[in-house]
Amino acid sequence: MALDTDTVKRIARLARIHVDEADLGLLADELNNILVWVEQLDEVNTDGVEPMTSVVEMIQRLRVDVVTDGDIRNRVLANAPLSADGFFVVPKVIE
Amino acid sequence: MINTTDIQTEDIPDHLVAHFTSRTGHNSADLIEGETGAWEIIIGLEVHAQVMSDSKLFSGAPTGFGSKPNTHVSLVDAAMPGMLPVLNEMAIRQAVRTGLGLEAQINLRSIFDRKNYFYPDLPQGYQISQFSDPIVGEGRVSVDMKDGESFEVGVVRIHLEQDAGKSIHDRIPDQTCIDLNRSGVALMEIVSKPDIRSGAEAAAYFSKLRSILRYLGTCDGNLEEGSLRADVNVSVRRPGEDLGIRCEIKNVNSIRFVREAVDYEARRQIEILEEGGKIDQQTRLFDPDRGETRSMRSKEEAHDYRYFPDPDLLPVVIDEAFIAEIKASLPELPDIKAARFVSEFGLSEYDAGVLVAERETAEFFEAVVDAGGTKRDPKIAANWISGDFFRRLNADDLEIVDSPVSGAQLGGLIDLIADGTISGKIAKDVFDEMFDSGKEANAIVEEKGLKQISDAGEISAVIDQIIEGNPEQADQYRQGNTKVAGWFTGQAMKATQGKANPQMVNQLLQEKLGS
Repeated sequence: MALDTDTVKRIARLARIHVDEADLGLLADELNNILVWVEQLDEVNTDGVEPMTSVVEMIQRLRVDVVTDGDIRNRVLANAPLSADGFFVVPKVIE
Repeated sequence: MINTTDIQTEDIPDHLVAHFTSRTGHNSADLIEGETGAWEIIIGLEVHAQVMSDSKLFSGAPTGFGSKPNTHVSLVDAAMPGMLPVLNEMAIRQAVRTGLGLEAQINLRSIFDRKNYFYPDLPQGYQISQFSDPIVGEGRVSVDMKDGESFEVGVVRIHLEQDAGKSIHDRIPDQTCIDLNRSGVALMEIVSKPDIRSGAEAAAYFSKLRSILRYLGTCDGNLEEGSLRADVNVSVRRPGEDLGIRCEIKNVNSIRFVREAVDYEARRQIEILEEGGKIDQQTRLFDPDRGETRSMRSKEEAHDYRYFPDPDLLPVVIDEAFIAEIKASLPELPDIKAARFVSEFGLSEYDAGVLVAERETAEFFEAVVDAGGTKRDPKIAANWISGDFFRRLNADDLEIVDSPVSGAQLGGLIDLIADGTISGKIAKDVFDEMFDSGKEANAIVEEKGLKQISDAGEISAVIDQIIEGNPEQADQYRQGNTKVAGWFTGQAMKATQGKANPQMVNQLLQEKLGS
């Protein structure tokens, strides 16, 4: 599997990362190297093995349904570049 | 909330969704006749139901509706760096309960995945959802139509996921306000098979699903507050041919709008196809004011959610004992209750269906019928509930649980009619008085002296007086103009303030004027 520069551009856009046109080639090479390295795993026969979804052999612990949090609006909004009347305020997202 | 402006759809790839329908045949009335022949509409629904729980899916913040912005938000819901999700047991319990209510496969092991996309009201940059291994698998919902037809809708899966926050675009010019109160609230997404064939069927399915969820107590079904909303997938085809290309109508939040959206969208697609055009697979919005669907702003980027298992969460494993415990606590669900109402009370299927649609109505009905050991006439009870009782609730904009008249009190009123204490007509006034004052029926009848006059002598005297005072009308009656009979009855009722027993009035009138 080899990534071309268009795919790299698309991945960057999906991740909201700005990449200069000039850097696309270099990034494609680096990503392809990573993929080649990971592809070594293909050598292992995984027939009949359940895909692993967690690296620890544990199951999910559950929390009792009790309200223990909230009502901390000042802390929630503390890092917002802009807020008004208790809302986060961002540039308009629809036209 | 999944935003209406976020057009990334295709939550589940085709290999995971059973995009085939097991429904064969169709009600020919559901076919749409176009210029060039008949078309069949194929509909599937993805219903988002807010889980009833006190706290959120992965945080201890409260879930209540209508609070001040950003007050129901923990640092987890705001996705502050380093915060970790901790799964709410109630969400698992409610999803399993819903699955059992829809006769569905419960999966002992399920996984939470990240669904990645950017939107300002999704602070994590991903929604925690379930993709490859949802907690509930295939189930079914049986739906009855008004005309007595019924059909079954297959459920593909139910998965748990986080709600997003709310974007408000019209509060400040050129800016969007974000409220994260809903962010992280648990939702169940209930995905149906494309087994639905008309707008009316889609509305009936949505309504039935709402009823079951409310019986189960897993979603409050409040459409105005957005607790329940549907994404409606619509395509059309020639009967018997392969499925057509579908459009998805996002976030439809009323039962009526579901029907209207389907009807409009099907006609739109048929028009395009009959003119030789092609359907673009797209996401559309229903505009209730105009009664039409329209395409949402499209993005140049293809849908790509890059799902992967959330490394912050471990696989969820439940056991059979957990499921059995929930199963033991399930209420009698509407289908079974309706069948019992038919067999136990001799009601028609239609009446039974009306009474069981809401759990509270069914319980009220049983309270009215229950006369402590004996049973009141179920048909009369059903008529009172669907007639005067519902009329007053609607007029006063009340829910059944807020009714000032209890089931037992309405039963008391029915007893007074049954034993002849009051007439059915007077009963209506007594009922309104009960509704206003909360008093018992017999107290009102006593207080106001509304007892029916069934004394033949007393009624006879009244009638004699009327005949004497109106010789002209009496002659008309004797000459065979029976139309004036009604007039005499009215006069007698008027003279007794409506308290005379109407059957006795009619009988005595006939005796005195006839022959």
